[in-house]
Amino acid sequence: MRAFAYERPTHLDDAIALLAEHGPDARLLAGGTDLIIRLRDGSVQPRIVVDVKGIAELDGAIRETNGHLTIGARTTMTDIAADERIRREYEALAEAASVVGSAQIRNRATLAGNVCNASPAADTAPALLVYGAFVVAAGPAGTRRIPIDEFFVRSGVTALARDELVAAIELPRPTTRRRAVHVRRTRRRGHDLASVTLTCAVFADGVTRLAYGSLGPRPVLVADETGLLADPRAPDLAKMHRLESLFVEASPSPRSMRASPEYRLAMLHVLGLRAVGTAIERLAEGTVRR
Amino acid sequence: MTASRRIELTVNGRVRSIEVAPHHTLLEVLRDDLGLTGTKECCLVGECGACTVRVDGMSVDSCLMLAVEADGATVTTVEGLAAGDRLHPLQQAFLETGAAQCGFCIPGQLVSAQALLALNPHPTRAEVEEGLAGNLCRCAGYGQIIEAVLAAAEAGGGEQ
Repeated sequence: MRAFAYERPTHLDDAIALLAEHGPDARLLAGGTDLIIRLRDGSVQPRIVVDVKGIAELDGAIRETNGHLTIGARTTMTDIAADERIRREYEALAEAASVVGSAQIRNRATLAGNVCNASPAADTAPALLVYGAFVVAAGPAGTRRIPIDEFFVRSGVTALARDELVAAIELPRPTTRRRAVHVRRTRRRGHDLASVTLTCAVFADGVTRLAYGSLGPRPVLVADETGLLADPRAPDLAKMHRLESLFVEASPSPRSMRASPEYRLAMLHVLGLRAVGTAIERLAEGTVRR
Repeated sequence: MTASRRIELTVNGRVRSIEVAPHHTLLEVLRDDLGLTGTKECCLVGECGACTVRVDGMSVDSCLMLAVEADGATVTTVEGLAAGDRLHPLQQAFLETGAAQCGFCIPGQLVSAQALLALNPHPTRAEVEEGLAGNLCRCAGYGQIIEAVLAAAEAGGGEQ
């Protein structure tokens, strides 16, 4: 690994000042599970690594604030998968966090790092899209809230400015009853990157939101407002046709080693239909209990 | 600017104060500076788990963590499992079930298993499989490794 300087600022302002001073020569370090691989293979060569884990204003807490569940920038996948509020109200995010990498990776990897890395295959991205999350970005002019759908630009590129960092991720509180599920396709059981990663949420008012990743330069959010997908009595064939029209933007890379584009597209539809079915079943379970 | 930094960490119960370069990983410092070569270097991308250690109780891939990040932390490596001449129940179970074939992955398997049992002293087979999914065994000794972890859990290995 090439040598670099290391700073561990204790205040947000100091971290932002370091980013402003060093520009493209600075890299932020949270969990490090993506960054350290890239530092070692030389694909990023910063002169300074700024560790965000000492910043007092950023923490690993998950807290309820006005109308949102706020996930601090240092919150790990392990914390998210175990959090009762997330498991209850944002179940697809808990499910997605629980399949990121291995236990060792989940103990270090942060949700903020996962979105900043902006991998098209990021497992948490579809859940964040379906739940309409916001990224709280802190910069020299203060903080701004970026809708997650605008945050992802393309592989490795986000809407974050050079001198901004992610302070937190906000999940809006649900206004309509809904249930969701995260599903994925991998080459093998256990620890693997997804060939298809998908979240589906079915809302009690008949809307279905689906988001998928690993099928193009960025994860994609689509919605069915016709009520067809959410209808437990609608035939699978009709739902499959609806999914085909919703998934037209899927454009898997022909160069990936993980799966062929044809396979990914076929699995996207299969997983999409299964996820719709599971979300409907979960929504029905909720109704019975009440 | 890339000057080395002094860090203090507790490794296997002993406080160590050392100078480390910012670009050196915890794995490199454990092996090269502290001579703890039980922790293995293998894939260097967080796939194989041969470099697994516990940092403040949590299992991590030490190849994906800078040593400077471990400043102030408590680190347990495979060398910290046995109590003197007495093997840890997991080590004993690995021996008894023949879980170690070539042996290279075993330090990582043991540390992951110890971290798993600390959180979940009586895991199901599926939970052991999931808990050890980040530890590859090129000899494919998974059957015996899983048996060993279940046997150690049965014998109360999670409490140690």
